Amino acid sequence: MNLVTVSGPPSSGKTAVILKTIDSFQKRGLEVGVVKFDCLYTDDDILYEKAGVKVKKGLSGSLCPDHYFVSNIEEVTQWGIKEGLDILITESAGLCNRCSPYVKSVTAVCVIDNLSGINTPKKIGPMLKSADIVIITKGDIVSQAEREVFASRVNTVNPGASIMHVNGLTGQGAYELSTLLYDEKIEVKTLVGEKLRFSMPSALCSYCLGETRIGESYQMGNVRKIDMEDKKGKK
Amino acid sequence: MITTRDIQQKTIADLFEQYPFLPGFFEENTLEVDGQINEKLDDFLNILDDEEEKENRAMDKSQVMESMAEYITQMLAFLGEDEDEGVNSITLLPGTNKSGEKEQFDELTINKSEIVCIVGPTGSGKSRLLADIEWVAQNDTPTSRTILVNGEKGDKKWRVTSGHKLVAQLSQNMNFVMDLSVYEFIELHAQSRLVEDVEGVINKIFEQANNLAGEKFSLDTPITSLSGGQSRALMIADTAILSKSPIILIDEIENAGIDRKKALELLVGEEKIVLMATHDPILALMGDRRIVIKNGGIHKVIDTSGDEQNLLSELERMDNVIQNMRTRLRHGEIIRQEDIGF
Ligand SMILES: Nc1nc2c(ncn2[C@@H]2O[C@H](COP(=O)(O)OP(=O)(O)OP(=O)(O)O)[C@@H](O)[C@H]2O)c(=O)[nH]1
Ligand SMILES: Nc1ncnc2c1ncn2[C@@H]1O[C@H](COP(=O)(O)OP(=O)(O)OP(=O)(O)O)[C@@H](O)[C@H]1O
Ligand SMILES: [Mg+2]
Ligand SMILES: [Mg+2]
Ligand SMILES: [Zn+2]
Ligand SMILES: [Zn+2]
Repeated sequence: MNLVTVSGPPSSGKTAVILKTIDSFQKRGLEVGVVKFDCLYTDDDILYEKAGVKVKKGLSGSLCPDHYFVSNIEEVTQWGIKEGLDILITESAGLCNRCSPYVKSVTAVCVIDNLSGINTPKKIGPMLKSADIVIITKGDIVSQAEREVFASRVNTVNPGASIMHVNGLTGQGAYELSTLLYDEKIEVKTLVGEKLRFSMPSALCSYCLGETRIGESYQMGNVRKIDMEDKKGKK
Repeated sequence: MITTRDIQQKTIADLFEQYPFLPGFFEENTLEVDGQINEKLDDFLNILDDEEEKENRAMDKSQVMESMAEYITQMLAFLGEDEDEGVNSITLLPGTNKSGEKEQFDELTINKSEIVCIVGPTGSGKSRLLADIEWVAQNDTPTSRTILVNGEKGDKKWRVTSGHKLVAQLSQNMNFVMDLSVYEFIELHAQSRLVEDVEGVINKIFEQANNLAGEKFSLDTPITSLSGGQSRALMIADTAILSKSPIILIDEIENAGIDRKKALELLVGEEKIVLMATHDPILALMGDRRIVIKNGGIHKVIDTSGDEQNLLSELERMDNVIQNMRTRLRHGEIIRQEDIGF
């Protein structure tokens, strides 16, 4: 089985791109499965079901979805193998710009859209910077110049990545993407012992533990304070 | 190729001088240099090895250094390309249609400054043909077509690197989404392309765009408040002059507020290969040739004949009549028999 992790900001077009790519896989007779990780709510599983692929969903609720992802990825992998999949795709909403679900040996795809603004590449951390493939969507509604500027900004923060434009509505580019995602020579059996591409912070403060009151005396653990001083010596 | 070893012992000031595009890398990766310009890169990046900084920034030193080396390598390659590495032609070799039958042509070469139209019913495979070209298909797409660049097997670099897209696209539903003036917009694009004479390029694009647009606009107009025709004019002028992609794919150009003939002349004048999917007879006849797609395959390639070209001016006259009537209607005038003029 091949394994692919797809991540990206909310509504960037992950599901749309995955669905179009699944189309191409199915035409080649490959058995595909998808696991959707989200925080509070998702309808994506219904869309995947309609496309005729095996689906699981996991909601992290009170946890950072990426932490939740790593805690469950091995179980999910075993599920995919048991189901006899040729390729298992995980979709996670990159709700936490600091974390990323990428595992070193697993193809990592980041989906990001042209409408999110040219400063977005700068703001997204390892989810964009350590991806193998960056998919840029929604190019159909912006100008060529904006597409070029956006792609060049993405390239500046992740020069090693393959950057592709895919249209989530028409599927333009999805066939091509599918050729980069599946390699019949690869056989994932387990992820036990594999490593994350980038460590996730363990921010644990009293609010993580259910505290609701405001004020310094209620704050414990990993507490960080905003710098209220005027910076001197800097413009 | 630049490796981390080539850069780590140099000072940031030296690196900036040697690679003028490098400040952009620092900026996008939120590395603030401030007073540390004379430090060695290796020392400067030590801040990233500090546990807290590493957690805050989600970057580590070796990764940033490798990324920087890769970036410099790419930019040098990008800047170093000279004209003879440009794309002079693309050649299509036949594949199969949806029924698996061989396509109806032997070899089709399109040279720069040529306009080729693509016609065919919905679902016939027009978009697939354009996608094959963009992907420099090598018998590895559903059509089994092969695309040659300058008569040779295409380089796979065209597929996935940001500075080397073979194809630029212009379509009907494209809008500007950035909150910038015309001037700032072109400037931003020019900077991302590392253009030297930014001011000159801005003026050239601005002039050409106004030459195409029915109604004039100024350099300080916000791009989001341009009319449909003005937006299209600016997009076409900008793509013609600033986009590095040698091939322009056009998905229709609506006939409002823009001189379509001049727009195509501009693209061709900038030595682009123009491919245009259209249902509009005027646009279709403006092409040198047209490819007819049927059932997923290229069914025919038709040269625009002299007779058709003569028809074109007739069609344009009819079109003008309708445009005029539209204007008169807008101004509350009454339309009469003589307005039709034939
Ligand atoms: N115009 C346009 N719309 C797109 C494109 N790709 C996706 N969309 C639309 O963008 C919206 C969000 O797409 P989704 O695929 O649901 O995004 P997502 O990243 O899966 O979203 P979450 O899973 O909720 O984080 C949908 O309405 C899509 O139809 C594209 O290339 N062009
Ligand atoms: N030669 C071919 N072999 C197999 N499949 C093909 C071939 N050509 C096209 N197709 C498939 O047929 C479908 C329709 O093609 P496409 O989207 O390119 O049509 P179109 O002419 O652009 O339609 P529209 O006018 O609606 O935009 C696509 O799924 C495409 O991949
Ligand atoms: Mg989704
Ligand atoms: Mg189409
Ligand atoms: Zn997190
Ligand atoms: Zn907390």
